[in-house]
Amino acid sequence: MSNLSTTDRKIDPDILISFQGVNKWFDHFQALKDINLSVKQGERVVVCGPSGSGKSTMIRCVNQLENHQQGTIHVCGREVYSNMKQLEQVRREVGMVFQSFNLFPHMSILQNVTLAPMRNGKISSAEASEIAMHYLERVQIADQADKFPSQLSGGQQQRVAIARALAMKPRVMLFDEPTSALDPEMINEVLDVMGELASDGMTMMVVTHEMGFARKVADRVVFMDEGRIEENCSKEDFFTGGRGERAEAFLSKILQH
Amino acid sequence: MTKPPLKTRRKLTIVDYICFGLVGAIIAYAIYRVSDVLVYNWNWSRVFNFVLYYDEESSSYVPNLLLLGIATTLRLAFWATIVAATIGLIMGYMRTSKNLAMRMISRCYVELVRNIPPVVFIFIFYFFLSGQLMPVIGLDDLDKNGTFVSSGIFYILFGDPKLFSNFVAGALCLALFEGAYITEIVRAGIQSIQKGQWEAARAVGLSRLNVLRDIIFPQAIRKILPPLAGQFITLIKDSAIVSLISIQELTFLATEVASTTTKVFETWIIVGAMYFILCYSFAATFSHLEKRALRARR
Ligand SMILES: Nc1ncnc2c1ncn2[C@@H]1O[C@H](COP(=O)(O)OP(=O)(O)OP(=O)(O)O)[C@@H](O)[C@H]1O
Ligand SMILES: [Mg+2]
Repeated sequence: MSNLSTTDRKIDPDILISFQGVNKWFDHFQALKDINLSVKQGERVVVCGPSGSGKSTMIRCVNQLENHQQGTIHVCGREVYSNMKQLEQVRREVGMVFQSFNLFPHMSILQNVTLAPMRNGKISSAEASEIAMHYLERVQIADQADKFPSQLSGGQQQRVAIARALAMKPRVMLFDEPTSALDPEMINEVLDVMGELASDGMTMMVVTHEMGFARKVADRVVFMDEGRIEENCSKEDFFTGGRGERAEAFLSKILQH
Repeated sequence: MTKPPLKTRRKLTIVDYICFGLVGAIIAYAIYRVSDVLVYNWNWSRVFNFVLYYDEESSSYVPNLLLLGIATTLRLAFWATIVAATIGLIMGYMRTSKNLAMRMISRCYVELVRNIPPVVFIFIFYFFLSGQLMPVIGLDDLDKNGTFVSSGIFYILFGDPKLFSNFVAGALCLALFEGAYITEIVRAGIQSIQKGQWEAARAVGLSRLNVLRDIIFPQAIRKILPPLAGQFITLIKDSAIVSLISIQELTFLATEVASTTTKVFETWIIVGAMYFILCYSFAATFSHLEKRALRARR
């Protein structure tokens, strides 16, 4: 049975995420069109593109918050599909940070971070607290551990959300516009944390319009439009002109401000 | 520092006086009709005897039929609420399930209950329960002399052991009926939780059960509790319909009292007052608790 979870094709163990010919529809609307993409261990991929181009849909397919209908997606060597048990395994290897934080409002900051390690790893609450405090310190918010999410600023909440994802010790981190819901003065505190994460060698897939961040941190830039990957090139190529017309138009739009 | 403006004192306007006057006039007219036109011999004490009567032998007041009836009503409401909440929690979750069969089953249940008159529903289920289910689970041959059955605790929880299977049937009928309304309350509670909460919980790899137990239900419960408390009070009132299947609760006993004493008005006015006091005090308690919980959360 176990060999059902991998396809016949030999998969490079260094590739943590790979999309092969993925198509996805919402009813009759095709949101993803023939997506082929792979993310290697330690690579930082920034995904950008106009609104509605399918960035969120693509990144959410990685941990199957959205199900794709055609093609295959492998994460850490395992094919993801709607088999719940296997999916839960995959999700524990993949941390996700959302635009709207999505902290659990009825739990303290510490509980937010300890919940998953306790439930999934079956470890004691003391052990979980130790892990949690380690990551809360890493995002510099340990002093707020006993507060509730509603008592924190947006930037602080997002940093807690990052700590919550890290506490599962994931191999890959997904970010879906992590700074779009933040007031301008809080954007940098979150980007700084993400930058540190990158320099520690975390594999990251980041949907963002922060081109400064992309310039600094990304290895590769993926540009999407109308459900298709239009560009998939190194950061250098992308920012020094080796990009297509649509990407050009998009960049000039967002860089105006 | 500027002070907030003093609260203006509420004054009675002319409209209020007219309203009070009208209500007063209607009441006065009703009293006049009853006392002068209607030839009726009021006798409150005869009916009061069925609430409490003075026992000469022990020279103390002893609760009589109507008080015993309200105790049964409370027991019914208590057990029916527990069972109904369980049904409602499961069915309410099924209403929001991705699985079509689950959704259909729970939807059918809710629609069935909502579109059949309560009395008819109770009749159908009572005859099914008492005729088919009770003999199967052997409630009819409950050992009336077992140590637990003859103990005081059993009496407080379930009332007279002789009427136990009758009581269970009544409570189950009520529970099945109210369960449909609680199902809808639970569904609304679950659906009021933002999609992002489900996603964040799934994204950290929580199992389906843990997502519900740790994230969804704790948040939903806070929204569900106030309407659930209201439903409990509704259930107390609705419990009157099981008098039709001879469950010896307040309304059933009141019918008996009214026919033995022939004091129909007095009986039903007193019974109405008893229901009112019961329900109103629950409502007041719940709203007090709710306010306190709101303040504590700040
Ligand atoms: N649950 C859904 N049901 C139906 N259509 C959807 C759903 N989610 C997304 N879509 C559609 O799919 C397309 C891609 O959406 P997606 O959210 O992936 O875009 P995006 O690139 O993330 O855009 P944005 O920058 O606005 O976040 C959009 O046209 C959107 O309307
Ligand atoms: Mg998006």
